[in-house]
Amino acid sequence: MRSFNKIEENDISFFTQVCGEGNVLIGDEISEDFGRDEMTPESMRVMPEVLVTVDQANQVSRLLEYATQKRIPVTPRGQGTGLVMGSVAVHGGLMLDLSKMDGILELDRENLTLTVEPGALIMDIRAFAEAHDLFYPPMPGEQSASIGGNISTNAGGMKAVKYGVTRDYVRGLEVVLPTGEILQLGGKVAKNSSGYSLKDLIIGSEGTLAIVTKAILRLVPNPACTVSLLVPYPDALSAIRAVPILLQGKIMPVAVEFMEGDVIVAAERYLGKKFPDHSAEAYLLLSLDGRSKDDVERDYEHIATTCLHTGAIDVFISDTQERQDAIWSARGAFLEGIKAMTTEMDECDVVVPISKIVEFLEEKQALEQQSSLRIRSFAHAGDGNLHVYILKDDIDDATWEKQLHLVMSALYRKARDLGGKVSGEHGIGFMKREFLEQSAGAKAVSLMRGIKRVFDPEGILNPGKVC
Amino acid sequence: MPRSPHIITCIKQVPGSTEVEIDDNGSLIRNAVAAKMNPFDLFAIETSLRLKEQNGATVTAITMGPPRAELILREAFMMGVDEGVLLTDRRFAGSDVLATAWTISQGILSLAPYDLVICGRQTTDGDTAQVGAEMAEFLGIPHVTNVRAILSSSDESITVEVDLPGAIQVACLHFPCLITVEKDIFQPRLPSFRRKLATRDKQVKVLCLDDLPDTDEKHYGLLGSPTKVQRVYPPRRDVTKEIVHGDPQTLAERLFHELEGRKFLQ
Repeated sequence: MRSFNKIEENDISFFTQVCGEGNVLIGDEISEDFGRDEMTPESMRVMPEVLVTVDQANQVSRLLEYATQKRIPVTPRGQGTGLVMGSVAVHGGLMLDLSKMDGILELDRENLTLTVEPGALIMDIRAFAEAHDLFYPPMPGEQSASIGGNISTNAGGMKAVKYGVTRDYVRGLEVVLPTGEILQLGGKVAKNSSGYSLKDLIIGSEGTLAIVTKAILRLVPNPACTVSLLVPYPDALSAIRAVPILLQGKIMPVAVEFMEGDVIVAAERYLGKKFPDHSAEAYLLLSLDGRSKDDVERDYEHIATTCLHTGAIDVFISDTQERQDAIWSARGAFLEGIKAMTTEMDECDVVVPISKIVEFLEEKQALEQQSSLRIRSFAHAGDGNLHVYILKDDIDDATWEKQLHLVMSALYRKARDLGGKVSGEHGIGFMKREFLEQSAGAKAVSLMRGIKRVFDPEGILNPGKVC
Repeated sequence: MPRSPHIITCIKQVPGSTEVEIDDNGSLIRNAVAAKMNPFDLFAIETSLRLKEQNGATVTAITMGPPRAELILREAFMMGVDEGVLLTDRRFAGSDVLATAWTISQGILSLAPYDLVICGRQTTDGDTAQVGAEMAEFLGIPHVTNVRAILSSSDESITVEVDLPGAIQVACLHFPCLITVEKDIFQPRLPSFRRKLATRDKQVKVLCLDDLPDTDEKHYGLLGSPTKVQRVYPPRRDVTKEIVHGDPQTLAERLFHELEGRKFLQ
């Protein structure tokens, strides 16, 4: 890694000239929130030297061109809701706060696209679409994340089984390269076989190749009716074993989530709200949508019958907004609920083939028994994407570091052996680079580094991340 | 051997959204929109089922409405209710609070003996929160509204906590009696698919005006309704936002005063 330059007075003058006096904060003026994301351990917090709030692509362009010339590291930042330190300025330098670029710019009804700025929040985009009887399907647990952040990690979430992930809903991007050029990639077109898909390369690149300043999102018609099924199983493994069977049927659920009783209780405590059922150790939560109540009822009866055949204790039906809120608000609070259970934690966001989730969970259970650590998990089971959290509790730092590394290494090794990947949706960021290299292999990582050099010859953009 | 307690739970089918049409009499046109069980009634059903689990009561759900209101009785079966009664008759149409309370209380009388009547706090369409109390008056039984907790129950009485403005009252009511329960007294259970399969062929008891103890048509429907509705419209939604700027100290103080002013903090 080549060394970077520290920010000096004349640099700050330039930033102020570009963005205005009140939009440049230095040192102690910067809130400590900008030194971490949602999962950064206390010991690893790093503050940027300067925080600049931008509101136009040409500001981003001028700042990046300048930073490349001056070899100043630049970290793009949205809502800071990431889990792998992707938006933490690990090399200090300049942080670009894009959260004020939050406009919803254009709804194009003929092309079913919505053009937004990177700081627009997922919850606002979804609400805007729904107000126009349209639907933006990607639904990560963190609805207060920004679309820029979701694009940077190719976020998936809870509707990916039927609808896919963020990449499937990005038609076009406006990006600023580290050298300052502003590029339009993709567009409002539905298909594109015109050379390498640079747009798709940017999606999931975690702000290491370019900074997104505008996105053209694809919308779909709003499903008229949605019903969820909360399916209790006697234990975790029997719930997970049912998943491939449910997905083999003729009806494609929107979501197939896996959750365990103690995580539900943690979410209840966090929210101060009761979950509608406590009868089982483990649950699947399925969601189905369709054009009419009758259509969806026919579909859910078919799936519910299959659930009973796979050993479900019962199938509970959530068919009104009140019931959906009671279930899905708890589901959305799992991460915060688990965080509130312990002092510190680290997470593993592996994705494995759906048929291998059982084996992965068995490994997780064995590791929990062998180690002295509590391990909690939930999963987008229909995507084979597990979120496993290792809790520090009251263990001393040295033991924690050692045990955590052992457990993490074992989990990632198991995922790799099962044909899985390091991250399903949270990204690699700073925290998971070691495991990416092990998983993807030296050649693939060297190709990634080559791509990085082409986009960012001086390596100033979000350094220390991904590869 | 003494019979098991009989709980009657009053439920209602309401429009699934606030975008409803009104006819010339000021009544909601119910066929035009998707319908659902009144959300407040889910808490009444849950309270009934908790008591049933404690003391082996039989729970009957009763509703008044058009034939398609049977759907919410089927939903009540799916939650664990034992019997369902539908009060339906064209002559009930256009009932105001008074006529509704009279009709359902007549239905309850025809289901006697009963020990406890449980209602939700209010409906989301009529919004009066008066039908429960009026029914108790017609039935000549004691009642309390706004029950927020069940403290105990026996074969003869029930002790409840009542959420009054500025005070919590503990009340013991002897059976037969009526209570209306607050939202969040319990988290309502979800309808069960196993119960749906098991109760698919279960009959709902249908009562029309001629089946009730009082068969005087003038007491029912529009004829029995002194209320004349001038105009009905959905409430205005206030979505104004205020963004406050300032240093953390100022913002914290402002937030505290806002919360205090809205009685979230005391």
